[in-house]
Amino acid sequence: MTSARDDIFANIRRSLGVKGNETIRNQIVQDRLERAPRGVIPARGQVSGEERIALFKTMAEASLATVTEVASAMEVPQSIALFLRNHNLPASLRMGDDPRLKVMPWSETTLEVSHGPSEGRDLNAVSHAFGAVAETGTLAMISGPENPSTLNFLPDNHIIVVSAKDIASDYESVWNRVRFAYGKGSMPRTVNWITGPSRSGDIEQTLLLGAHGPRRLHVIVVRE
Amino acid sequence: MTVHTTSPQFKQNAARALHDPQLQKALNNVKQGFIDKRRAAADKLPEFEALRDSARDIKNHTLEHLDLYLEAYEEKVKASGGHVHFARNADEAREIILKICRDAGAKTVTKGKSMISEEIGINHHLEANGIRPVETDLGEYIIQLRNEMPSHIIAPAVHLNASQVEQDFRRVHTHLDAKRDLSEPVQLLSEARAVLRERFLAADVGITGANFLVAETGTSIIVTNEGNGDLTQILPRTHIVLASIEKLVPTLEDVSQLLRVLARSATGQEMSVYTTFSTGPRRSGDADGPENYHVVLIDNGRSAMLGTSFEEMLRCIRCGACMNHCPVYHAVGGHAYGWVYPGPMGAVLTPSLIGVDKAGHLPNASTFCGRCESVCPVRIPLPKLMRHWREREFERHLTPASVRSGLGLWGFVAKRPALYRLATRAAMATLGFAGRQRGRFSWLPLAKGWTKYRDFPAPQGETFQARWKRERNGRAA
Amino acid sequence: MSDLTMSRPEKPRVGLFVTCLVDLMRPSVGFAAVKLLEDAGCIVEAPVQTCCGQPAYNSGDRGTTRDLAQRMIETFQGFDYVVAPSGSCAGMIKKHYPELFEEDPNWRAKADALAVKTYELTSFLVDVLGVTQVDASFEGAVTYHDSCSGLRELGVKSQPRKLLASVKGLTLVEMNDSDVCCGFGGTFAVKYSDISGAIVDAKVKNIEASHAPTLLAGDLGCLMNMAGKLSRDGKPIEVRHVAEILASMTDEPAIGLAKDALRK
Repeated sequence: MTSARDDIFANIRRSLGVKGNETIRNQIVQDRLERAPRGVIPARGQVSGEERIALFKTMAEASLATVTEVASAMEVPQSIALFLRNHNLPASLRMGDDPRLKVMPWSETTLEVSHGPSEGRDLNAVSHAFGAVAETGTLAMISGPENPSTLNFLPDNHIIVVSAKDIASDYESVWNRVRFAYGKGSMPRTVNWITGPSRSGDIEQTLLLGAHGPRRLHVIVVRE
Repeated sequence: MTVHTTSPQFKQNAARALHDPQLQKALNNVKQGFIDKRRAAADKLPEFEALRDSARDIKNHTLEHLDLYLEAYEEKVKASGGHVHFARNADEAREIILKICRDAGAKTVTKGKSMISEEIGINHHLEANGIRPVETDLGEYIIQLRNEMPSHIIAPAVHLNASQVEQDFRRVHTHLDAKRDLSEPVQLLSEARAVLRERFLAADVGITGANFLVAETGTSIIVTNEGNGDLTQILPRTHIVLASIEKLVPTLEDVSQLLRVLARSATGQEMSVYTTFSTGPRRSGDADGPENYHVVLIDNGRSAMLGTSFEEMLRCIRCGACMNHCPVYHAVGGHAYGWVYPGPMGAVLTPSLIGVDKAGHLPNASTFCGRCESVCPVRIPLPKLMRHWREREFERHLTPASVRSGLGLWGFVAKRPALYRLATRAAMATLGFAGRQRGRFSWLPLAKGWTKYRDFPAPQGETFQARWKRERNGRAA
Repeated sequence: MSDLTMSRPEKPRVGLFVTCLVDLMRPSVGFAAVKLLEDAGCIVEAPVQTCCGQPAYNSGDRGTTRDLAQRMIETFQGFDYVVAPSGSCAGMIKKHYPELFEEDPNWRAKADALAVKTYELTSFLVDVLGVTQVDASFEGAVTYHDSCSGLRELGVKSQPRKLLASVKGLTLVEMNDSDVCCGFGGTFAVKYSDISGAIVDAKVKNIEASHAPTLLAGDLGCLMNMAGKLSRDGKPIEVRHVAEILASMTDEPAIGLAKDALRK
């Protein structure tokens, strides 16, 4: 008896009228995987500098995230403390081992900081984004001990720090950076694109925030 | 196919739906919500139509080279430490999944929203084998409580109202205070969130579908708004991805093109809230994520569609825009279609998967208004494909005898212009005369279907061609 | 073969494809079309004709469809243009005949040749002949339903509105969802009458909500469906083909009304 795998490939090839070993077809496929041609890139995101940061902010806010800017990474802890206080949230914060977060002056605040992935009981968490996309106000997160994926989903309030220089025009630019960091054809275990806080429209098409993931998504853009 | 179908009873299903006032009210939400939002999103992006072309071309290219992209994908998944399984059909897929669950010692399995999991009927199979599947998408959770099928591919509970959901929650969540207030949708959401949070944390295996698979990197992608899919796949020790073989795309650039049309077509969002790219199991040093990563690639009829006129259907990215814009779906809802996939995409796909003998009504129950095709992000010519099914039915003599003989008679007459003129002149003279008093008929023989809901306007009497001949014959020559 | 629109003859010879429904049910629409075409400087002929085959085509009977299509092609191939007062019948020739002969290069070429010179009436007047106004008057408000095939297969949307804007005394009031199907769908209306009935019910509600006393469209099938529903529901809304108004030929009673029920 042939295996399911063999049968499926045989059926596909029979339907397509091919053998699978045709040089030209193989070249076409290899070439596409190698070159990864860009398709249609919307003009909207193709702006730079201040304009790009402003577009990111507008689009992220349209996705119902809140966005604030700070001049330097050193101001992040104060900014977070203020955000939590303004929303009457407890002054506790969960985070991973991201060195960019670690060097921030947390002790200058009254925040109670703990480290590690979320077990599902944390109210607030902060993560550092790998990058962001101005086109749609999307944040790109990468899994690992620095920024555990559970922090993106389990806490009620998720704060994401992103460097202004890491805000790209389009998704394709982020993929280029991922390839540079991980090698062509390789990926981190998880890349999360996040565009706004969790929501559901499943009950009578009423838009409700905080379905299973965070009810609030707060973005801090570090300008330096 | 073990998933029960009521597609052969489409007409009865439709009649029941039309007389269900609660359902009709819910369907109104579909009409008003999705259409305006999609329009607004499309209008905001000048490149939207060009992106639709791009999306179509990417899917066509992938399907033409599917064997090679599958091989490349499989190799990459293995290289990242994942496992790839192939299933020819639903039975094989169910057995593979059950074995993985058993090997993981699973008691509870959480599930992200996945249409292929509905297609293979995995929940029933797991339950029958002592494993509890828990749907975690809010809509899917609700219909699982009700033991129903989704009525829409992206809004499974769109046929229900809040008070029905409240009743279900009270019936099932008996551990909670009976006097709690659930009168607002937000209270229902909070309750589901709390109940499901415990399930997420307790699950042994998480099963998700995949919106796309990327050959370049061996990556599976899910797109959600709730975040349930992510909690399903990062918390348990084992993550199983279910995907039919046509979900493949070549590269990250290609999938970025498709993602630009998916959410805009589906919900009118610029981008869904969570788009997650998963590659293999937890890496060394990772603080969370699954230790085992399995992909079950399911054929279940797809390879047989390649190379046929139905190959174009394999471009479908399951956005739901076709049903959101379908007047027939708006009238009868998703359950009337009687199987997993409703609306225009279901009317084309279902006969391929369960047989046109069972699903023959579906491609016939369309006015061919073409609105589905006009919004399809991958430009599937849905009316044309429905017509192809009608041709298959006609060839196989599955078309109802009354339609066949009526059309046969019309064709016979229309092929003979002299007979046509004679017959039509006589018939219209008779009808015109009979209808001259009121200008319409409220009942006509052979047109009961028509006159059940509307009058039949009387003809003017003389045919155009007769009058033309009388008035103009000399001139035209 | 040269592009016909580039070398438009001074007085084009137009073959009027009157369509079965107009031929049988409402010949006055055909004569309105003749008047509009002649006013625009065309020589109009109506060769002996039957059906384009659309009912058979949509019922899966390609054999019968091909027979009827071949007859149509032979009947109309000698004209400069073929014009039909119907988006769905013109669409059948323009979009579906070429598809029908995909595997028959000889007939495919003939089907293509006919397809490029076939037009729906209002789009022919506006897009090909460049007509911007008609010599017509009609007192009152009308609302316009966009029939699906004309709209989505042929892009008929602005043309009838442009011409209606030139009719003296007429105001166009847009209804909600004017581009949503009326539920006719040919044999669909009979085969799935329950669903068709529900769809036309929604359409009629939108028509009524426009408060226009007259409903117009460019396809007689849709018009009969909507007129039949309006009269069944006892709504005093008059229903006419757009050509009747554009040609100022409103002596005949509206669709579904008796001779003595004329306006005024």
